[in-house]
Amino acid sequence: MSENEDRSADTAGTSPDDVAVAALRHRQPRFQGLAGGHRACLGCAQALAARLVLEAAGPEVAVANATGCLEVFTTPWPESAWRVPWLHSLFENAGAVASGMEAAFKVQGRTVKVLAFAGDGGTFDIGFQSLSGMIERHHDVLYVCYDNEGYMNTGVQRSSSTPHAAATTTSPAGRARLGKRHLKKDILSIVAAHHMPYAATASVAYPSDLRKKVRRAVAVEGPTFLLIHSPCPLGWGHDGAKSIEVARLAVETGMVPLVELERGELTGTMPIRTARPVTDYLKVQARFRHLFADTPEARQELEHLQALADHNIEIYGLRGAGADPRDTAGTDTVRRGGARWA
Amino acid sequence: MQQALEGSQAIARAVALCRPQVVSAYPITPQTHIVENIAKLVADGALACEYVSVESEHSAASVVLGAAAAGARAYTASASQGILLMSEVLYNIAGLRIPLVLTCANRALSAPLSIWNDQQDSMAVRDAGWIQLYCADNQEAVDTTIQAFRITQDTELPVMVCMDGFTLTHTLESIELPSQEDVDRFLPPLRFTRALDPARPLSLGTLVSPEWFTEARHSQHGALLAAAADIEAADRDWAALTGRAWGGLLEVDGPEAARIGVLTLGSISGTLADARAAWPDLPPVRLLRLRAFRPFPATALRAACADLDTLVVLERALSPGAGGIVTAEVRAALYGAASAPAVRGFAVGLGGRDVPLETYRRAVEAALAPGGGEFAVLDVELDRLPEADRYPEAGPRTVSPAGSESPP
Repeated sequence: MSENEDRSADTAGTSPDDVAVAALRHRQPRFQGLAGGHRACLGCAQALAARLVLEAAGPEVAVANATGCLEVFTTPWPESAWRVPWLHSLFENAGAVASGMEAAFKVQGRTVKVLAFAGDGGTFDIGFQSLSGMIERHHDVLYVCYDNEGYMNTGVQRSSSTPHAAATTTSPAGRARLGKRHLKKDILSIVAAHHMPYAATASVAYPSDLRKKVRRAVAVEGPTFLLIHSPCPLGWGHDGAKSIEVARLAVETGMVPLVELERGELTGTMPIRTARPVTDYLKVQARFRHLFADTPEARQELEHLQALADHNIEIYGLRGAGADPRDTAGTDTVRRGGARWA
Repeated sequence: MQQALEGSQAIARAVALCRPQVVSAYPITPQTHIVENIAKLVADGALACEYVSVESEHSAASVVLGAAAAGARAYTASASQGILLMSEVLYNIAGLRIPLVLTCANRALSAPLSIWNDQQDSMAVRDAGWIQLYCADNQEAVDTTIQAFRITQDTELPVMVCMDGFTLTHTLESIELPSQEDVDRFLPPLRFTRALDPARPLSLGTLVSPEWFTEARHSQHGALLAAAADIEAADRDWAALTGRAWGGLLEVDGPEAARIGVLTLGSISGTLADARAAWPDLPPVRLLRLRAFRPFPATALRAACADLDTLVVLERALSPGAGGIVTAEVRAALYGAASAPAVRGFAVGLGGRDVPLETYRRAVEAALAPGGGEFAVLDVELDRLPEADRYPEAGPRTVSPAGSESPP
């Protein structure tokens, strides 16, 4: 890309530390595929995530969007926030619609990268079949799942991505039950098991990491998958101004491991230098409020969630030691600035 | 060139002549031979297209939706449960005004499971907003498939070509396949003005609030009605090229003097036409065949029925608890016409029940019988059922001319 070359020229011979980041960013015309002025809730992380994905992937892309918040808040006819060709069909067929788009561009000899956008309901649950089919047929599509861990568009119901013990309107906390009884589906492993060239998780709290993963995924010819953890202030019950903080806590506690898998093998992780207790993440959200009751059951569930986070840290080897500039505490500062470091 | 081809094979060849760029399908009886034959043409290099073998009919419809939206000429085929599984997407394809062609190898719906022919599958999605064309034989199915590709791009409405499963799909017939040159002359390259293109980004399938939804449906309804002219034009132009015309929207055949009409859809019409010679003693009958079911050719139907006393509708789809789907629509179309005939509806040939020549005689006798019910299943054998299930209003007793218990 010529933009990247220009940027390299600007910074040639300088170390990253010498670069005036603000000036550099000013000169870097980022592609805005999703314009402002849409109708997302205050603090919606999905809106931010979609903008970041398009910044990194656009503009030679076309989007197949599943039904969900993203579709609803960006396209109230006759308005649209999309600056890329965009198609919404149904809740459960983004993978298949993207497959068709990709097949059409391929047969026409065009180099348009197809992106499929869906939430966790359209990915983990009802749209899982078409996602699996898309990957199995090896379509050249980047499938992005914006994971807000529930059916937020219909009023906060549980999905198979809802974390264990979280309260939703269909997994409410009450005297007999403490929120969702089941574990969050490990979609990444399932996707990765499809001979998957590239599958990764990302978080809105780490935008440069997210962009880097989008660029990596777009460069791969074949199916790629990106799971972006996207807090939903409405559904999670946190202050809309704190979405990024909440997203960051999810990563820092080990609840949401940021990893990359290529052909099913772990090839990249974001280490956690000092893992924080899961309660730091849980206590800022109303959906986990019932776990802080002074009862043996609640305490047991908190221990359970801590164990799940510890398990993530263990299996992905996230516990970094020493002052690694790539680790969680420093990553965003160090990598902010765009393509050169990301 | 005239050649003996199985119906499915002929359809596959006809599709290939239309140069689809993306074909996506999931196998289902009795559609399977069509998509198998297309896959083989692709494998042999005889057809250059992206053949997407999907994991379900839902995805087959979704893939062709995406492909056509991205500007490719797209095709799929299905039947029965497959049509139902993709029905959600079929509505979307039509609502988004995406041009593509689907062959429905008509088959009964479960339960009970039947792989054999009737037309409840395509009737189940009659309101999806697709153009629906029903074919009488395999030559017509071939010609209609090619016409469908032109109609779909002229109207930007999806077209469903319905052909009776097994009766047509699995029958060897002598078929005149048009030349590639003729098809190329007839079918201009696809130009979909709303195709997805980064140079001209459009948002398709947006959220529409009540202040716009009515307008969207109004436009869709108008487009379907206006498509009647495109269907007739395609048939006319095809006739100019090949000498074969299929009646446009409604095929009418029979003597001027006829006071009795028999209306049907699909392959039964051939049986009825052949049966006329078998019973020369019966009064003259006008045979009407609905070729287009959507858009519904109400005007043509009224004209064709103007001098009839009775019109018998034979249909292979039953709306349980209501009666005949086509019967109801025919009645609605004739209601208020100056001299509308009495309409008698019969379900026949459900789930692959044979429709013998005898059906013609029974239909004519029913038309001649005074009174008679609104709707009945003509070929049900009541003595096979327990007494409690022999609903008189659904059985043949109310329409039998002699009022006898069992059909002659």
